[in-house]
Amino acid sequence: MVRLITHNLLACHAKDCNTNNFPLEFKDIQLEIREAEFNSDFLKGFMPKLEWKALVDTARQLGDTSLPLEQPEMVDDGFLKSLHHVLLEIHVEEGSMTCPNCKHVYPILNGIPNMLLAEHEIG
Amino acid sequence: MSRPELQAPPEIYYGDTEAKKYTQNTRNQQIQRDMTYRALELLNLPPDQPAFLLDIGCGSGLSGEILDEEGYLWAGVDIAPSMLEVALEREVEGDLFLHDIGQGFGFRPGSFDGAISISVLQWLLNAETSHPTSSPPHRLHRFFTTLHSAMRNPSRVILQFYPSSDDQIQLITSIAQKAGFGGGIVVDYPNSKKAKKVFLCLLVGGGGSQQQVPQGLQGDEEHDSKAVFEKRRERMKSKHGKRKSVKDRDWILKKKELYRKRGKEDVPNDSKYTGRKRKTQF
Repeated sequence: MVRLITHNLLACHAKDCNTNNFPLEFKDIQLEIREAEFNSDFLKGFMPKLEWKALVDTARQLGDTSLPLEQPEMVDDGFLKSLHHVLLEIHVEEGSMTCPNCKHVYPILNGIPNMLLAEHEIG
Repeated sequence: MSRPELQAPPEIYYGDTEAKKYTQNTRNQQIQRDMTYRALELLNLPPDQPAFLLDIGCGSGLSGEILDEEGYLWAGVDIAPSMLEVALEREVEGDLFLHDIGQGFGFRPGSFDGAISISVLQWLLNAETSHPTSSPPHRLHRFFTTLHSAMRNPSRVILQFYPSSDDQIQLITSIAQKAGFGGGIVVDYPNSKKAKKVFLCLLVGGGGSQQQVPQGLQGDEEHDSKAVFEKRRERMKSKHGKRKSVKDRDWILKKKELYRKRGKEDVPNDSKYTGRKRKTQF
């Protein structure tokens, strides 16, 4: 149940891994599409929080090219619909996420990512 | 029985059976429900505005379900895999993470509009190993600093927990303050032994003047939650009938017979009055 909305907020939290630790990179993933309720107010409110480049790159990696490369100034319904689909309806069920900096692998099992660290990795 | 957090680490205590038991227990469900609603009330989010919340120690999703009902989007973290499995079965809407909150969060700054945590913080107060990173102050420090940075400014974090002493409250609040949080402890029903609930109400930003620590609820808890089982007890009683006296007429006759066999003298004769209750005459 990793959706891109939380993936876009998630950085590596291992010890001394402070730069270049976002976004975590998906590998060997299985996707599932589940419909969710559309809420344009929420999306509009959430837009400033998004790291747009990371979101678009990840979406393209997952095979969704509906989002423009640059965050548009004007939002229309069609754009919000595709943003809704990318953020809230694509679920990553299996696979792993890798930190681009320290290469720590967070495995995803049953839609739940394992974020536990070993003792020497705790900051 | 001692407190659960003293028996085993959470991921072990809440194994498969305990996770199921905990989730199916209607009393637990009711308590969790009430506390989640109260936490949301204390969170004081602007109405009619969708928010993205963090549920710390979401467990099997008892509190998450209420967040779903209230129309919030949320992400939840918990350390017990069995609890998360139950949450998956219950098909909650939020994103779930297997995560040790004492190791700190990796969320980007300003990610969440609010955070709640029901009955979790007390689990951070026990050291599982002698490694310096597993000491409670270190884990609390890591938890609060990373949580503080993950919260939006201004926002609130409401953590309900069961402290076993004032020292624990002192420790937790001092570390939270060092991490940059404002706010403090809110106690509901402070004079009631059963209904007393401790909330740590942490404020992020807001300059202090705009955000005030809310008041705890006073007086007694509502009465409808008490003495629900009386009827059942009555029914049980009538089913089994009145308890029979052990020393009834048969028992007395048997004893007298025994004494006669042993050759005891002065054993009273048997009659229709044997074993009868004396009249209450004055």
